[in-house]
Amino acid sequence: MQEVDLPALGMHFAMLSLMAIGGVGSILPDMQRYVVEANHWLSASQFADAYALGQAAPGPNMMFVTLLGWQLAGWAGAVVSTLAMIVPPIFLTLAVTRLSANNPDAPAGRAIRGGLGPIAIGLTLASGWILAQSADNDWRGALLTLATVALMLRTRLNPVWLILTGAIAGMSGII
Amino acid sequence: MPPVQSAPVADRPKISPLELFLAFSQLAMSGFGGVLPWAHRTLVERKGWLTQREFVDTLALGQLLPGPNIGNMAVMIGYRFAGYAGAAAAFAGLVTGPFLLMITLGLLYNRYGTLPLVQQALSGMSAVAAGLVLATGLKMSASMKRRRRPWLFALLALAGVGALRWPLLLVVGTLAPFAIIAAWRRDS
Repeated sequence: MQEVDLPALGMHFAMLSLMAIGGVGSILPDMQRYVVEANHWLSASQFADAYALGQAAPGPNMMFVTLLGWQLAGWAGAVVSTLAMIVPPIFLTLAVTRLSANNPDAPAGRAIRGGLGPIAIGLTLASGWILAQSADNDWRGALLTLATVALMLRTRLNPVWLILTGAIAGMSGII
Repeated sequence: MPPVQSAPVADRPKISPLELFLAFSQLAMSGFGGVLPWAHRTLVERKGWLTQREFVDTLALGQLLPGPNIGNMAVMIGYRFAGYAGAAAAFAGLVTGPFLLMITLGLLYNRYGTLPLVQQALSGMSAVAAGLVLATGLKMSASMKRRRRPWLFALLALAGVGALRWPLLLVVGTLAPFAIIAAWRRDS
Protein backbone atom coordinates (compact mmCIF):
# COMPACT_ATOMS: atom_id res chain seq x y z
CA MET A 1 0.00 0.00 0.00
CA GLN A 2 1.28 3.47 -0.85
CA GLU A 3 1.34 6.82 0.94
CA VAL A 4 -1.99 8.62 0.51
CA ASP A 5 -1.87 11.97 -1.31
CA LEU A 6 -4.58 13.85 0.64
CA PRO A 7 -4.88 17.00 -1.53
CA ALA A 8 -5.21 14.84 -4.66
CA LEU A 9 -7.77 12.64 -2.91
CA GLY A 10 -9.77 15.70 -1.84
CA MET A 11 -9.74 17.17 -5.35
CA HIS A 12 -10.79 13.89 -6.92
CA PHE A 13 -13.65 13.34 -4.45
CA ALA A 14 -14.82 16.97 -4.83
CA MET A 15 -14.95 16.46 -8.60
CA LEU A 16 -16.87 13.18 -8.15
CA SER A 17 -19.28 14.77 -5.66
CA LEU A 18 -20.68 16.95 -8.45
CA MET A 19 -21.26 13.88 -10.62
CA ALA A 20 -23.11 11.86 -7.98
CA ILE A 21 -26.51 12.06 -9.69
CA GLY A 22 -28.89 9.65 -8.00
CA GLY A 23 -26.61 9.14 -5.01
CA VAL A 24 -23.31 7.49 -4.22
CA GLY A 25 -24.07 4.52 -6.52
CA SER A 26 -23.10 6.41 -9.65
CA ILE A 27 -19.63 7.40 -8.41
CA LEU A 28 -18.71 4.26 -6.50
CA PRO A 29 -16.99 2.65 -9.50
CA ASP A 30 -14.71 5.63 -9.97
CA MET A 31 -13.93 5.89 -6.25
CA GLN A 32 -12.91 2.24 -6.33
CA ARG A 33 -10.88 2.73 -9.52
CA TYR A 34 -9.09 5.76 -8.06
CA VAL A 35 -8.40 4.41 -4.56
CA VAL A 36 -7.79 0.74 -5.32
CA GLU A 37 -6.66 0.34 -8.92
CA ALA A 38 -4.97 3.60 -9.86
CA ASN A 39 -3.27 4.42 -6.52
CA HIS A 40 -3.20 1.13 -4.56
CA TRP A 41 -4.10 2.89 -1.31
CA LEU A 42 -6.54 0.13 -0.28
CA SER A 43 -7.21 -3.42 -1.42
CA ALA A 44 -10.45 -4.24 -3.24
CA SER A 45 -11.70 -6.18 -0.21
CA GLN A 46 -10.92 -3.32 2.21
CA PHE A 47 -12.96 -1.07 -0.08
CA ALA A 48 -15.85 -3.55 -0.16
CA ASP A 49 -15.67 -3.92 3.66
CA ALA A 50 -15.87 -0.16 4.15
CA TYR A 51 -18.88 0.04 1.89
CA ALA A 52 -20.63 -2.88 3.63
CA LEU A 53 -20.00 -1.40 7.11
CA GLY A 54 -21.28 1.98 5.92
CA GLN A 55 -24.47 0.36 4.67
CA ALA A 56 -25.05 -1.38 7.99
CA ALA A 57 -24.96 1.91 9.95
CA PRO A 58 -27.72 4.54 10.12
CA GLY A 59 -27.34 7.80 8.20
CA PRO A 60 -27.08 8.78 4.53
CA ASN A 61 -25.41 6.11 2.35
CA MET A 62 -22.91 8.72 1.21
CA MET A 63 -21.37 8.81 4.70
CA PHE A 64 -19.41 5.67 3.96
CA VAL A 65 -16.84 8.07 2.47
CA THR A 66 -16.01 9.06 6.07
CA LEU A 67 -15.07 5.47 6.83
CA LEU A 68 -13.19 5.21 3.54
CA GLY A 69 -11.22 8.38 4.36
CA TRP A 70 -10.52 7.08 7.87
CA GLN A 71 -9.15 3.87 6.39
CA LEU A 72 -6.98 5.90 4.01
CA ALA A 73 -5.47 8.46 6.39
CA GLY A 74 -7.07 8.52 9.86
CA TRP A 75 -8.77 11.69 11.12
CA ALA A 76 -7.33 13.90 8.36
CA GLY A 77 -8.50 11.43 5.72
CA ALA A 78 -11.99 11.22 7.24
CA VAL A 79 -12.40 14.99 7.39
CA VAL A 80 -10.95 15.68 3.92
CA SER A 81 -12.94 13.00 2.11
CA THR A 82 -16.20 13.84 3.90
CA LEU A 83 -15.92 17.58 3.23
CA ALA A 84 -14.86 17.01 -0.39
CA MET A 85 -17.88 14.80 -0.93
CA ILE A 86 -20.54 16.96 0.76
CA VAL A 87 -19.54 20.62 0.37
CA PRO A 88 -19.65 21.13 -3.44
CA PRO A 89 -23.21 19.72 -3.79
CA ILE A 90 -24.41 22.00 -0.95
CA PHE A 91 -23.43 25.11 -2.90
CA LEU A 92 -24.93 23.76 -6.10
CA THR A 93 -28.17 22.94 -4.27
CA LEU A 94 -28.34 26.42 -2.74
CA ALA A 95 -27.78 28.03 -6.14
CA VAL A 96 -30.45 25.88 -7.78
CA THR A 97 -32.89 26.46 -4.91
CA ARG A 98 -32.61 30.19 -5.46
CA LEU A 99 -32.92 29.88 -9.26
CA SER A 100 -35.77 27.39 -9.33
CA ALA A 101 -38.07 29.79 -7.49
CA ASN A 102 -37.82 32.03 -10.59
CA ASN A 103 -37.96 29.36 -13.33
CA PRO A 104 -40.39 26.65 -12.36
CA ASP A 105 -40.54 23.59 -14.63
CA ALA A 106 -37.91 24.78 -17.13
CA PRO A 107 -37.64 22.40 -20.12
CA ALA A 108 -33.86 22.38 -19.71
CA GLY A 109 -34.33 20.82 -16.27
CA ARG A 110 -36.52 18.08 -17.70
CA ALA A 111 -34.06 17.34 -20.53
CA ILE A 112 -31.13 17.16 -18.13
CA ARG A 113 -33.00 14.80 -15.82
CA GLY A 114 -34.25 12.69 -18.75
CA GLY A 115 -30.75 12.45 -20.19
CA LEU A 116 -28.78 11.85 -17.01
CA GLY A 117 -31.26 9.39 -15.47
CA PRO A 118 -30.31 6.42 -17.68
CA ILE A 119 -26.59 7.15 -17.21
CA ALA A 120 -27.05 7.14 -13.42
CA ILE A 121 -28.83 3.77 -13.73
CA GLY A 122 -25.99 2.27 -15.79
CA LEU A 123 -23.43 3.58 -13.28
CA THR A 124 -25.37 2.16 -10.32
CA LEU A 125 -25.45 -1.26 -11.97
CA ALA A 126 -21.70 -0.93 -12.61
CA SER A 127 -21.21 -0.28 -8.86
CA GLY A 128 -23.10 -3.42 -7.94
CA TRP A 129 -21.10 -5.41 -10.48
CA ILE A 130 -17.74 -4.13 -9.15
CA LEU A 131 -18.71 -4.69 -5.51
CA ALA A 132 -19.88 -8.21 -6.34
CA GLN A 133 -16.56 -8.96 -8.03
CA SER A 134 -14.58 -8.07 -4.91
CA ALA A 135 -17.11 -9.53 -2.43
CA ASP A 136 -18.09 -12.82 -4.04
CA ASN A 137 -15.15 -15.19 -3.83
CA ASP A 138 -17.05 -18.24 -5.02
CA TRP A 139 -20.50 -19.39 -6.14
CA ARG A 140 -21.89 -19.21 -2.60
CA GLY A 141 -21.13 -15.50 -2.34
CA ALA A 142 -22.63 -14.94 -5.78
CA LEU A 143 -25.73 -16.85 -4.69
CA LEU A 144 -26.10 -14.61 -1.62
CA THR A 145 -25.79 -11.53 -3.85
CA LEU A 146 -28.43 -12.87 -6.24
CA ALA A 147 -30.75 -13.83 -3.36
CA THR A 148 -30.42 -10.27 -2.03
CA VAL A 149 -31.35 -8.85 -5.43
CA ALA A 150 -34.41 -11.12 -5.63
CA LEU A 151 -35.58 -10.24 -2.10
CA MET A 152 -35.11 -6.52 -2.66
CA LEU A 153 -37.12 -6.64 -5.90
CA ARG A 154 -39.95 -8.77 -4.50
CA THR A 155 -40.34 -7.66 -0.88
CA ARG A 156 -40.22 -4.45 1.15
CA LEU A 157 -37.79 -5.78 3.75
CA ASN A 158 -35.55 -3.24 5.46
CA PRO A 159 -32.06 -3.74 3.93
CA VAL A 160 -30.53 -3.78 7.42
CA TRP A 161 -32.06 -7.21 8.05
CA LEU A 162 -30.46 -8.53 4.88
CA ILE A 163 -27.04 -7.15 5.87
CA LEU A 164 -27.44 -8.79 9.29
CA THR A 165 -28.40 -12.06 7.61
CA GLY A 166 -25.28 -11.75 5.44
CA ALA A 167 -23.12 -11.28 8.56
CA ILE A 168 -24.65 -14.35 10.20
CA ALA A 169 -24.29 -16.41 7.01
CA GLY A 170 -20.64 -15.37 6.86
CA MET A 171 -19.88 -16.13 10.52
CA SER A 172 -21.58 -19.51 10.41
CA GLY A 173 -19.35 -20.48 7.47
CA ILE A 174 -22.21 -20.87 4.99
CA ILE A 175 -20.43 -18.62 2.52
CA MET B 1 -39.27 19.26 -12.96
CA PRO B 2 -41.66 20.47 -10.28
CA PRO B 3 -40.71 23.74 -8.59
CA VAL B 4 -39.92 23.92 -4.92
CA GLN B 5 -43.12 25.14 -3.32
CA SER B 6 -42.60 28.42 -1.63
CA ALA B 7 -45.49 29.33 0.63
CA PRO B 8 -46.13 32.99 1.42
CA VAL B 9 -43.70 34.03 4.12
CA ALA B 10 -46.48 34.69 6.63
CA ASP B 11 -47.75 31.08 6.40
CA ARG B 12 -44.44 29.47 7.23
CA PRO B 13 -43.86 28.33 10.77
CA LYS B 14 -40.82 29.90 12.41
CA ILE B 15 -38.21 27.19 12.91
CA SER B 16 -34.87 28.00 14.48
CA PRO B 17 -31.55 26.61 13.20
CA LEU B 18 -31.22 24.69 16.48
CA GLU B 19 -34.57 22.97 15.94
CA LEU B 20 -33.52 22.09 12.37
CA PHE B 21 -30.20 20.71 13.62
CA LEU B 22 -31.91 18.53 16.23
CA ALA B 23 -34.63 17.26 13.89
CA PHE B 24 -32.13 16.27 11.18
CA SER B 25 -29.76 14.69 13.73
CA GLN B 26 -32.58 12.58 15.00
CA LEU B 27 -33.82 11.41 11.61
CA ALA B 28 -30.29 10.66 10.39
CA MET B 29 -29.51 8.43 13.35
CA SER B 30 -32.87 6.63 13.13
CA GLY B 31 -32.34 5.89 9.46
CA PHE B 32 -31.22 2.29 9.42
CA GLY B 33 -31.41 1.12 5.81
CA GLY B 34 -32.13 4.55 4.36
CA VAL B 35 -32.94 7.95 5.82
CA LEU B 36 -35.78 8.92 3.50
CA PRO B 37 -38.67 7.09 5.26
CA TRP B 38 -37.58 8.68 8.54
CA ALA B 39 -37.34 12.09 6.95
CA HIS B 40 -40.91 11.72 5.76
CA ARG B 41 -42.11 10.54 9.16
CA THR B 42 -40.38 13.38 11.02
CA LEU B 43 -40.91 16.32 8.66
CA VAL B 44 -44.41 15.59 7.34
CA GLU B 45 -46.16 13.40 9.90
CA ARG B 46 -44.68 14.35 13.27
CA LYS B 47 -43.60 17.98 12.95
CA GLY B 48 -45.89 19.08 10.12
CA TRP B 49 -43.19 21.36 8.69
CA LEU B 50 -43.93 20.25 5.13
CA THR B 51 -47.06 19.06 3.34
CA GLN B 52 -47.04 15.78 1.42
CA ARG B 53 -46.78 17.70 -1.85
CA GLU B 54 -43.92 19.90 -0.64
CA PHE B 55 -42.02 16.82 0.48
CA VAL B 56 -42.38 15.14 -2.93
CA ASP B 57 -41.40 18.30 -4.81
CA THR B 58 -38.33 18.78 -2.64
CA LEU B 59 -37.36 15.14 -3.13
CA ALA B 60 -37.74 15.39 -6.92
CA LEU B 61 -35.39 18.34 -7.08
CA GLY B 62 -33.03 16.65 -4.60
CA GLN B 63 -32.81 13.62 -6.87
CA LEU B 64 -31.95 15.69 -9.91
CA LEU B 65 -29.02 17.38 -8.19
CA PRO B 66 -25.75 15.60 -7.47
CA GLY B 67 -25.05 14.53 -3.91
CA PRO B 68 -27.11 12.54 -1.44
CA ASN B 69 -30.85 13.18 -2.00
CA ILE B 70 -31.46 13.63 1.69
CA GLY B 71 -28.53 16.04 1.95
CA ASN B 72 -29.94 18.20 -0.83
CA MET B 73 -33.34 18.10 0.88
CA ALA B 74 -31.78 19.19 4.18
CA VAL B 75 -30.20 22.21 2.45
CA MET B 76 -33.44 23.20 0.71
CA ILE B 77 -35.64 22.73 3.77
CA GLY B 78 -33.20 24.43 6.13
CA TYR B 79 -32.80 27.37 3.74
CA ARG B 80 -36.54 27.72 3.39
CA PHE B 81 -37.21 28.02 7.11
CA ALA B 82 -34.12 29.83 8.35
CA GLY B 83 -31.97 31.01 5.42
CA TYR B 84 -28.29 30.13 5.15
CA ALA B 85 -27.99 29.42 8.88
CA GLY B 86 -30.91 27.00 8.60
CA ALA B 87 -29.37 25.22 5.59
CA ALA B 88 -26.07 24.85 7.44
CA ALA B 89 -27.79 23.69 10.64
CA ALA B 90 -29.97 21.08 8.93
CA PHE B 91 -27.05 19.68 6.95
CA ALA B 92 -24.74 19.64 9.97
CA GLY B 93 -27.42 17.78 11.92
CA LEU B 94 -27.69 15.24 9.14
CA VAL B 95 -23.98 14.40 8.95
CA THR B 96 -22.49 14.94 12.43
CA GLY B 97 -23.89 11.81 14.08
CA PRO B 98 -23.15 9.50 11.13
CA PHE B 99 -19.64 11.00 10.83
CA LEU B 100 -18.77 10.08 14.44
CA LEU B 101 -20.39 6.69 14.02
CA MET B 102 -18.26 5.97 10.94
CA ILE B 103 -15.10 6.89 12.84
CA THR B 104 -16.14 4.48 15.60
CA LEU B 105 -16.69 1.74 13.04
CA GLY B 106 -13.28 2.53 11.55
CA LEU B 107 -11.61 2.18 14.95
CA LEU B 108 -13.37 -1.15 15.53
CA TYR B 109 -12.46 -2.33 12.04
CA ASN B 110 -8.78 -1.52 12.52
CA ARG B 111 -8.78 -3.30 15.85
CA TYR B 112 -10.89 -6.36 15.07
CA GLY B 113 -11.10 -6.38 11.27
CA THR B 114 -8.52 -9.12 10.90
CA LEU B 115 -10.18 -11.59 13.29
CA PRO B 116 -11.38 -14.58 11.26
CA LEU B 117 -14.96 -14.35 12.57
CA VAL B 118 -15.17 -10.63 11.71
CA GLN B 119 -13.66 -11.30 8.28
CA GLN B 120 -16.32 -13.94 7.66
CA ALA B 121 -19.11 -11.61 8.80
CA LEU B 122 -17.76 -8.84 6.55
CA SER B 123 -17.58 -11.11 3.53
CA GLY B 124 -21.24 -12.05 4.01
CA MET B 125 -22.18 -8.39 4.51
CA SER B 126 -20.27 -7.33 1.38
CA ALA B 127 -22.01 -9.95 -0.74
CA VAL B 128 -25.37 -8.59 0.49
CA ALA B 129 -24.30 -4.96 0.01
CA ALA B 130 -23.40 -5.71 -3.63
CA GLY B 131 -26.87 -7.21 -4.09
CA LEU B 132 -28.48 -4.10 -2.56
CA VAL B 133 -26.73 -1.84 -5.07
CA LEU B 134 -27.64 -4.08 -8.01
CA ALA B 135 -31.28 -4.18 -6.87
CA THR B 136 -31.37 -0.38 -6.57
CA GLY B 137 -30.07 -0.07 -10.15
CA LEU B 138 -32.68 -2.55 -11.39
CA LYS B 139 -35.50 -0.78 -9.54
CA MET B 140 -34.43 2.55 -11.03
CA SER B 141 -34.38 0.96 -14.49
CA ALA B 142 -38.10 0.12 -14.21
CA SER B 143 -38.77 3.78 -15.06
CA MET B 144 -37.33 3.43 -18.58
CA LYS B 145 -38.80 0.05 -19.53
CA ARG B 146 -40.39 0.80 -22.85
CA ARG B 147 -37.95 2.92 -24.79
CA ARG B 148 -34.73 1.90 -26.48
CA ARG B 149 -32.53 5.00 -26.32
CA PRO B 150 -32.35 5.32 -22.51
CA TRP B 151 -31.30 1.68 -22.31
CA LEU B 152 -28.53 2.33 -24.83
CA PHE B 153 -27.11 5.12 -22.64
CA ALA B 154 -27.47 3.02 -19.49
CA LEU B 155 -25.63 0.10 -21.12
CA LEU B 156 -22.87 2.34 -22.50
CA ALA B 157 -22.33 3.81 -19.01
CA LEU B 158 -22.33 0.32 -17.48
CA ALA B 159 -19.83 -0.96 -20.07
CA GLY B 160 -17.51 2.04 -19.95
CA VAL B 161 -17.27 2.33 -16.18
CA GLY B 162 -18.09 -1.22 -15.04
CA ALA B 163 -16.45 -3.45 -17.64
CA LEU B 164 -13.74 -1.26 -19.22
CA ARG B 165 -13.01 0.66 -15.96
CA TRP B 166 -12.57 3.96 -17.75
CA PRO B 167 -12.59 7.14 -15.58
CA LEU B 168 -16.06 8.43 -14.77
CA LEU B 169 -15.32 11.95 -16.00
CA LEU B 170 -14.40 10.61 -19.45
CA VAL B 171 -17.45 8.34 -19.74
CA VAL B 172 -20.04 10.77 -18.37
CA GLY B 173 -18.43 13.75 -20.12
CA THR B 174 -18.79 11.92 -23.44
CA LEU B 175 -22.24 10.39 -22.92
CA ALA B 176 -24.05 13.19 -21.05
CA PRO B 177 -24.21 15.78 -23.88
CA PHE B 178 -25.64 13.23 -26.33
CA ALA B 179 -28.08 11.90 -23.72
CA ILE B 180 -29.33 15.37 -22.79
CA ILE B 181 -29.70 16.45 -26.43
CA ALA B 182 -31.58 13.23 -27.20
CA ALA B 183 -33.92 13.80 -24.25
CA TRP B 184 -34.39 17.43 -25.26
CA ARG B 185 -35.32 16.58 -28.88
CA ARG B 186 -37.72 13.88 -27.79
CA ASP B 187 -39.33 16.30 -25.35
CA SER B 188 -39.90 19.23 -27.69
